[in-house]
Amino acid sequence: MNLRLSTYAVCTVFAVQIGAASLSAFSATREHSQASASQADSAQRPASTEQAGTTKFKQNCARCHEAPQSFSPRMSGTILRHMRVRASLSAQDERDILRFLNP
Amino acid sequence: MFKVPEQPKLRVFLLTLFTLLSLAKGPRVAAQDTPLISGGVGFVTSTNGGNTTYIPVVSPLLAAPIGNHVLVESRATILDSFFPKGGGQPGYTSDSFLGLSYLQMDYLATPHLTVVAGEFLIPFGTYNERLTPIWISNFESAPLIFPLGNMETASGVGGMIRGSAFSNGKVSLDYAGYFSAASTVEQFNSQRSSGGRANLYFPKTSLEVGASYGRLLQNTHQNYEGVHLWWEPADARVKLRSEYAHGPHSQGYWMESEFHLTRSPSANLFRRGLQPVFRWQQTFRSSPDSSDGLPSADTNQADVGLDFHFPHDVRINSSYSRQFSSTGDRNIWQTGIVYRFLFPTWRGK
Repeated sequence: MNLRLSTYAVCTVFAVQIGAASLSAFSATREHSQASASQADSAQRPASTEQAGTTKFKQNCARCHEAPQSFSPRMSGTILRHMRVRASLSAQDERDILRFLNP
Repeated sequence: MFKVPEQPKLRVFLLTLFTLLSLAKGPRVAAQDTPLISGGVGFVTSTNGGNTTYIPVVSPLLAAPIGNHVLVESRATILDSFFPKGGGQPGYTSDSFLGLSYLQMDYLATPHLTVVAGEFLIPFGTYNERLTPIWISNFESAPLIFPLGNMETASGVGGMIRGSAFSNGKVSLDYAGYFSAASTVEQFNSQRSSGGRANLYFPKTSLEVGASYGRLLQNTHQNYEGVHLWWEPADARVKLRSEYAHGPHSQGYWMESEFHLTRSPSANLFRRGLQPVFRWQQTFRSSPDSSDGLPSADTNQADVGLDFHFPHDVRINSSYSRQFSSTGDRNIWQTGIVYRFLFPTWRGK
């Protein structure tokens, strides 16, 4: 296969995907902002704490894998300690995600 | 009555398992700190150049906290490969494998520093530490440049420091640095090497950039450099991952994207579970080296896959790859079904 042709094809595919990701991220951010605004209206401290944990879970753990569909809360601390080492989480992120796993 | 297995590898693994569990069990273990057994069990088929290999595999992971600052963890891979006998002979033959990926003790020294000792995954690039578990990877095969910087064994025996240097709402910086001694002990093979990695992550744009460095210190000293860029907007339908690595005799890169038809939890199972994936790879050889693990000639490879996530942590990966090289083009078909398990080691309060 012609190298130049294949490189052009790949660049085109990724350009389209980056465009799609941008649109998708923009709409997700907008939805997130609207959701945050509506939550702020009924500001509840536990809700914002849970929100921080949700966000940090998505930013750290979900970058590599989906969350297990269910697990015993007895080992949530072990999971977080494992993730703290694997994902180099800060101590604050570890606490926030632990609260997210054990609301 | 329990019989001690004859195979030394199995003995090592079982000894590790029982040692971890006995170390972790104690009155200081908090309610949320029950040791766990996780991992994946799967069945993979790979058809490469017309030959099909069948691979049943199990990859258990153990994690056992001790007190408030220590975690002992280990992951192993046990598999059997069934492949054609070749040479015109009918039938299949098999080859079994048991290997420890890591067996390490982590000491959480400060909020910004974790000290690791034992056998650990080499922190070069992203694939080795993040995407090698069979229940995580989108493709059944590793990228072509995977051997670069991973010092042949992908594991080191020695010490590592790592952690989050700082983190706020705008940016976070994490790091890892290691030194590995040479080891020929069974299950703990490693090369004498050192290196590390640093990542910057920008949470608002979900962009991660990082750089890796590794230096082989055994026999001829060689340097390896790598950079990576991941862009994974939260809740977006597309994720992009890419990595470049450079070695003394070759270099290459891969770019991978995964696409989700929907992120809505209320969507039907089919739309939620289906995940097309695409990966493009190129390797370039600057001088001959039969030991660095990369193809002997410049190679392009396109991987197109369709994964499906079922309920209860079951996933199916399927992919078709077309490899272009001056040594010959070829097709690679791969499928795999993997179940991820996760449970505590014993019942708690």
